[in-house]
Order: sequence, then structure tokens, then C-alpha cells
Amino acid sequence: MTFDLLAQTLVSGVLIGFVFALVAVGLTLIFGMMEIVNFAHGEFLMMAMYASFWMWSLFALDPLVSLPITTLALMLMGAVTYKLIIKRILNAPMLAQIFATFGLMVFLRSLAQFLWTPNFRVIQHSLVSDVRLEVGSVFVGLPQLVAAMGAVLTFAFIYWLVEKTETGRAMMATAEDRDAAALMGIDSERMFTMAWAIGSGCVGVAGALLSTYYYIQPEVGAVFGITTFVVVALGGFGSIPGAFVAGILVGLVQVFAGLIIGPSLKFAVVLAIYLLVVLMRPQGLLGKF
Amino acid sequence: MNQQQAGLAGPAVPGEPKQRPIEEAAPFRGRFKAMALVAFILFLLAFPHLFTMPFQQHIAILIFVNALMAVAWNITGGYTGQVSLGNTIFFGVGAYTSTVLFKDYLVSPWAGMLVGIALSILLAVAVGYPCFRLQGHYFAIATIAVGEILYTVVVNTQVLGAAVGIQLPILPESWINMEFHGTDKTSYYYIILAFLATAMITVYWIERSKLGFYFRAIKEDPDGARALGINITRYKLFAFMLSATFTAMAGTFYAQYVLFIDPNSTIYIMVSITMCLMAVLGGIGTLWGPVIGAAVLISISESTRVMLGGTGMAVDLLIYGFLVMAVAVYQPNGLIGMLKGIGRRG
Repeated sequence: MTFDLLAQTLVSGVLIGFVFALVAVGLTLIFGMMEIVNFAHGEFLMMAMYASFWMWSLFALDPLVSLPITTLALMLMGAVTYKLIIKRILNAPMLAQIFATFGLMVFLRSLAQFLWTPNFRVIQHSLVSDVRLEVGSVFVGLPQLVAAMGAVLTFAFIYWLVEKTETGRAMMATAEDRDAAALMGIDSERMFTMAWAIGSGCVGVAGALLSTYYYIQPEVGAVFGITTFVVVALGGFGSIPGAFVAGILVGLVQVFAGLIIGPSLKFAVVLAIYLLVVLMRPQGLLGKF
Repeated sequence: MNQQQAGLAGPAVPGEPKQRPIEEAAPFRGRFKAMALVAFILFLLAFPHLFTMPFQQHIAILIFVNALMAVAWNITGGYTGQVSLGNTIFFGVGAYTSTVLFKDYLVSPWAGMLVGIALSILLAVAVGYPCFRLQGHYFAIATIAVGEILYTVVVNTQVLGAAVGIQLPILPESWINMEFHGTDKTSYYYIILAFLATAMITVYWIERSKLGFYFRAIKEDPDGARALGINITRYKLFAFMLSATFTAMAGTFYAQYVLFIDPNSTIYIMVSITMCLMAVLGGIGTLWGPVIGAAVLISISESTRVMLGGTGMAVDLLIYGFLVMAVAVYQPNGLIGMLKGIGRRG
């Protein structure tokens, strides 16, 4: 393996890893708040990508220009999901919780297939497409670079929001002890809604960024969704810094596995990592429990 | 009240007999139920002679295959509460084992099915032993991972037909070859009906044996069950092995019925999802729930296919996803819980 190839693979891995981290932080935030795994998280991402696609296709809006709209739309979708479904199963047995979001996953995936057919769609000629930068001997596609930068910035913003602001502390307090937080005058209902809005908003940003270079189809959420579970498990369910580290690691594993044992088997390697992690270190790398 | 507690809402307190008090209180109703059951069984036996059109028999066979998978899923998912989203691995192993043996070595599918079952049981132990330490969603996602890994491996294995799949050899029709050509599907109908009956009788027996109480105790209160001296991992594994057995049987039957298998129809995650959706919709942790769920799903699938054309519009799954959400949120006992609720009031 030459040095150039190594550097090239390393860079691609880190770039996609940043995007994984952003998708994962949304999932981990929701889990940290209420211990519910949103099985439809990947499908939310798919919806965001379609939102970008249709705004580009119908109104000629570039995915990067329409990014704020996509994000708002996804935040609304998250909040509505909480109000209509999640709120009612907060105290239900785990089986009901699994099946509720699982049903949502099947519903959204088949909704996309019903409305927009299973065809692969691609956004051509966005603001950033068809540009490649050359740093030394490493080529970097501008769409990938912009997506990674956008993901890192959003991730930093989420970290700041949760760890440093009053609202974030109120959210963490609710996560810690719902009743005690309520006694301190924190509206837990509002906090949960916010967690879903922010968690889904992350996916909105990620979907808009990905849509500049990734194919869009109803099952795109499946691959990302499962990868996200791996990232969240590796980083530790509920850990925000963990999601960041694990996102990059999974990104690197994926590209190196693709390089060494072939692109068609790289997904299997990523999944094997999930199994290894949950069996050997269930709390993940930076998990709290 | 006991029945109300089945399903997602959690089973009855272990040790408390199920259903019996109602039957004892109303012997007439119990006898009526038994007569209705006998009539239903006679109807099922006579079905292929009453409805001779290939389409009608095909629908019945589809319902039975899917019901078999859902009943099998229900043993681990419904009774012990371990949600497996990777049961497709057993279906795939069942289908591929008998097919490869049949095609390359002319081994009768019946023998191939037994080998497939044995391999599935081994796989269930290999997967279950480490993974049953995980709880709730960790286990569910782990089983997704196992399923996807097997899918990826088969897609990349030339001997197993890779992504293209395997066409089964067309041999003279006979019971030993488990192949029946022509439009009359009566033989297939009886084979799958027998498989389904075997699975349901097993579940019926489990429900009434000590095993059933162990299973429900594990679902309801694992720590309590452990404190009572129940070896949790052993019983979870046993449930998983049973589940694997019946799913593998369904796999072999599917291969012999369709005479073509590929990774997308046998090891894909949607196969796992379908099994689980049928059981959840019908009512998990009940004998008839998965069968009702399968009948409803196949009816929805086939009628949307007829109305909208088989263009892969996924309307059936659209309706299904919605129903499962609604069931999880509003009626955790599934359709069967709803029926029982109406029956009690009426």
C-alpha cells in the first residue's frame, strides 16, 4: 500500500466519519434523554435527502441554499413524531417502544417508495459538485469536504447547545431525573420535544449536505441507519463526545475495510464491529454506564 | 384479565393459569369454542377441494408459510420477549441448505430440510449464546447485524449463486422430490399446513407446560426469574432453537415451492421485518396472533397488488407500518387482544 493511497483513504474516512458523527449525535441525544432508540432515524435522513432533492428539482434551489428549510422541516417532523407517537409510549414496556419506532421506519420507507418510486435520484450540478481539490497527492471532492465541514460545525453547535447553555443543562437535568427536574420548574414535556426537534434537525443538516453527492432512494436510510446504530453503540449510547470519536472511527474502518477486503464486504466489517463492541464493552468507548 | 395482559403489555403473572378460569366458569362456551375449532380444522383440510383455482390455493399457501415464520418468531419475540430482527438467517439457512444439497447432490429436500434445521439450531446457539446477554434494543440491533453480515457474505459467495440466486432443478414431480408441477397446488398446501400445525401444536404445548411459564417469567422479570433459579440463558436459547427450527422448515418449503432462491427473497432484512410485523400486529405471546397477522398481511399485500398492479409501490408495507405503530401505541395486545376485548363485552 503506497503512502498516497493510505493518505487518500485516511482523508476519505475522516470526511465521511464527520457526517456519521452528525447523524449519530441526533440519535444519541434522543436516547440520552429518554432511553428510546429511534429505529426510524435513518428514514428521517432519507426524508431530508428527498426534501433537498425536491426543492432542487421543483424550485431549482441548491441543497446548500435550502439547507435551513430542510433542517426546519426535519425539526418539525421530529417534534410531531414526539407529540403523536413517542409521548404515548414513554412509560410503555420496551417491546412497545421498539415496535412503535420500528413501525414508523417501515411506514416512512414505504411512503417514500409509494410517492417517489424506488428509482435512484441524484442532484446534478449543485453549487459544489464537479470540483476536486488537490492537496499534495490527495484528491478531495468539494462536496465531501463541504459536507464534512458542515457536519463538524453543526456538531460543535450541538455540543455547545447541550453542554454550555441553560436550555442544554435543563435537558440534561431532565435526562438525569425527570421528576426532580420538574420540581425545579423544568417543563420535561418541552425538553423532550426539543430533544426530538434537535435530534431530527441534525439529520436534516446531514441529509442536505449528503444530497449534494450521494444517491437518493427510499432505502438509503437503511444503510445509514444501521451504520448510525454502530456509531452510537461504539461511542456509548447517550454520549455526545463518544458519537464524535466513534463516527470518525467507523468512517475509517469502512474505507479501510473497503480498500483491504473489498467494497462489497465493508458493511459486514462495520456490523462485526457493532457485535464486538456490544459484547465486549457494552457501555461503548465513552459511555457513562 | 389474564388475556388482557398478554402481548406487549406483558404476560400474566407466572404460575397463574391462563384462560382456564373463564372456561370453567362457562363450560358451554368452552364446548362451543372446541366445536368451532374442529369445524375450522375440517374447513382447512377440505379447502383445496372446495377452492380449486390456483390463485386461491396460492394465497392460502402464502398465508401458511408466513404464519409459520411468524409463529416461529413469536416463540422468542412474543413469549420470552427477545426481539430478533434477524430471524431471516434461519429462513436463509433452511432454503439454501436444502437447495444446495438437492441441486448438487440430489439429496431429497426432506433430508435437506433436516440438515438445514440442524445447521439453523447450531447457528441459533452460536448467535444466541453471546447475544442473549444483551437486552432490549441492543439485542435487536445485534440480530440485525448478524442478518446483514450473512446477507453480505452470501451475496459475495459464488458457490451460493451470489446476488443472482439459485434456480432449483426441475425433476419429475413426487413427494420425495417435494416438487409438484402443474396448476394443482394441493400437495404443497397439505405440506405447509402440516408444518404450520406442527409449529402451533408445539407452541400450544409450550404455553401449557412449565416451559411456557419460564419463558413468560424471563420476559416479565428476568432478575426475578434468575432469583427463582431459572437458567435464563438456557431457556432463551431453547426458545431461539425452536424458533430457528420452524423458520428453517419454512425456508426449505419456500425454496421447493418457488423453485428459485436469491439473497433478496431469503436473507434480506425485510424478511425478518415481515415475520416480526405479522406477529406484532396479530398479537405477540399468543397462539393465534401470528396466524391472524399473517392472514391480514397477505390479504393486504395481495389485494393491493391486484388493485394497483405489482409495481413495487409498497402500499402493503405502508399500511402495515402504520398498523404496527398504531398497535404499539394504542393496542399493545394486537388484533387478537382487540377481538377478545369485543368478545368479552358482547
